Amino acid sequence: MENRPLEYDYTVAKMFMLTTIVLGIVGMLVGVILAFELAFPSLNTVLGSGVAEYTNFSRLRPLHTDAVIFGFTLSGVFATWYYVGQRVLKVSMAESKFLMAVGKIHFYLYIVGVAAVVVSLLMGITTSKEYAEFEWPIDIAIVIVWVLWGVSIFGLIGIRREKALYISVWYYIATFLGIAMLYLFNNMEVPTYFFADGAGQAGIGAWYHSVSMYAGTNDALVQWWYGHNAVAFGFTVPIVAMSYYFLPKESGQAIYSYKLSLLSFWSLMFVYLWAGGHHLLFSTVPDWMQTMGSVFSIVLILPSWGSAINMLLTMKGEWKQVAESPLIKFMILASTFYMFSTLEGPIQAIKSVNAIAHFTDWIVGHVHDGVLGWVAFMIMASLFHMAPRVFKKEIYSKSLMNTQFWIQTLGVILYFTSMWIAGITQGMMWRAHDAFGNLTYSFVDTVAALHPYFFIRGVGGALYLIGFLMFAYNIYKTWTVGRQVEERELTNATPMAA
Amino acid sequence: MFHWLEKRPFFFAVGVFVVIAFAGLVEILPNFAQQSQPTVGTKPYSTLELTGRHVYIKNSCNACHSQLIRPFKSETDRYGSYSKSGEYAYDRPFLWGSKRTGPDLMRVGNYRTTDWHENHMMDPIGTVPGSVMPSYPWMFTNLADVDTAYAEQLTIKSVFKVPYSMGDEKILIPMEDGTSETVEIATTLAGANAAALEEAKLIVADMKNQDVKDMVAAGKIPEIVALIAYLNSLK
Repeated sequence: MENRPLEYDYTVAKMFMLTTIVLGIVGMLVGVILAFELAFPSLNTVLGSGVAEYTNFSRLRPLHTDAVIFGFTLSGVFATWYYVGQRVLKVSMAESKFLMAVGKIHFYLYIVGVAAVVVSLLMGITTSKEYAEFEWPIDIAIVIVWVLWGVSIFGLIGIRREKALYISVWYYIATFLGIAMLYLFNNMEVPTYFFADGAGQAGIGAWYHSVSMYAGTNDALVQWWYGHNAVAFGFTVPIVAMSYYFLPKESGQAIYSYKLSLLSFWSLMFVYLWAGGHHLLFSTVPDWMQTMGSVFSIVLILPSWGSAINMLLTMKGEWKQVAESPLIKFMILASTFYMFSTLEGPIQAIKSVNAIAHFTDWIVGHVHDGVLGWVAFMIMASLFHMAPRVFKKEIYSKSLMNTQFWIQTLGVILYFTSMWIAGITQGMMWRAHDAFGNLTYSFVDTVAALHPYFFIRGVGGALYLIGFLMFAYNIYKTWTVGRQVEERELTNATPMAA
Repeated sequence: MFHWLEKRPFFFAVGVFVVIAFAGLVEILPNFAQQSQPTVGTKPYSTLELTGRHVYIKNSCNACHSQLIRPFKSETDRYGSYSKSGEYAYDRPFLWGSKRTGPDLMRVGNYRTTDWHENHMMDPIGTVPGSVMPSYPWMFTNLADVDTAYAEQLTIKSVFKVPYSMGDEKILIPMEDGTSETVEIATTLAGANAAALEEAKLIVADMKNQDVKDMVAAGKIPEIVALIAYLNSLK
């Protein structure tokens, strides 16, 4: 037993790979529909007025954000954990019946949760808090899913052979702890069905309805402490975990600097949580918190760039791989977008810039250059690296990967450039005064000015979706008709058919 | 020290948790020690207004409309006086929004009327040419859920001490002109529905849609009536 290599068990990883792809398609498709609904409002009733309630922009919008965050991204995080965790801890899931069962229950309960979320959001059952729209019964299910993932992480760590935890594991642990803390505190709510006892008459109204424990300004403060850090621990921390594992593996290069990864990790943990206040600039939360939010957002450039530079310098002397391998291209562009997005964010958090940017499409653009350029590119690259090892097959088509890369890159560029222009245009129009001190534009003037940018954004999003469908097709074909490969072909660079 | 931590997952996890929880402790706890204090003149929502607020949330109006007026001339010119913290004391959840695809609604009750909303919710682009807002025809037929709003009122009165008057208990709320008012809620579910219907009758008196008028006359409250009651209360 000790003398032959471990056989890792990817059963659970495969299941989450499937949901990554399926929910990615759903989330991005809904996003494209939303984009075109803004460009052409008549599309809101495209399936007829009878079902307009369910095809309407406002009903679909939370479905888009949640499908991408909790569907696509989280599935990607789980899929990579169930792959990376075993390999860096040098232990197989097959060694523990308990952990295997936990992993499977984790997956099936997650599917139940996803189904409940889709149905409830379409019905308009929502708490209205962004990325925390779910009512209390779903919250409880989510907490259970999360605890199961925690059991899986710490269970696997408990039976590990490699004693030192690799950098990626640090980031997965932080993801688990961070989201647990944020989610619990932001979703403190009182179910009205059970507490409506003012006149001794519990059991009134909808059983799933709840009311927030916090009111007004306090509620906003907790929500954006959560909202911003859901981005931190959903869209940054676990994605960094992926890049620390998959880039060195794929390129065969050691991480450039261990010290830089240490510095980046601990400073990211400390700094990120303060930055939520930048969502509340010029609001009614205390001024010192707004200032802290602004200042720490600037400081946040350091740990973010620390990780990104560590990635880029890992390729030192091996830049030819970027030209040769589409998989390395995805990862390097992801790191580059990470640098770009973590510079853009702090700029928007500067008070005078935020005065123009807040409430406009520039913010939407920022989110998407981060998520499309960094998060989704890194997740797709990870799955491309995993697929041949999980299925023991060669990637179906390298040229399709290259085509996908360029189509999606073009899509991202169209997306964020159009949203920059839209956001800054509208921000400037809102504040324009004429020579007599009157507002120059009515609100609807500033909406009409955005039409061309809404259209370009829709095209950018559609290109990205087309690229994602190519990705799904490529993985599917790899699984079904890819050439069988030997273990020795899977050491570093992923095998790809032309 | 870091090498030591990397071999001890428990202490590593504790370390990470302390570092990430630190900001929350410093920023959030002090703010909670002092509960949100209402400004003079801020009243909790009536049963029908709260029902309408639920319609607003159900349709994610906050995805496109903010309720936060920043202290800039361009904003106060367009939307009215800038927002004060105490004005949100009864907002659970807060509805500030994060994106203004449409205009701010914090004080929409000051400058839009019942019949404007009636026309606009049915045909936004006909009412405001160039708008990208979809129409909401189902609100004219779907019935509003008064029961859940009443359950919420009872809950926030008992759990969070929101100053609703109920039965013989009168809680005075100070107004800006020095007088005081009360916001009554019914003692029974049937009473709450009857009170909401009375409020609804005042709203439909200014509406033109005959189907909606007929529904209210028959004792039923469509979502649009509740929503307009809520929007009119935003001042």
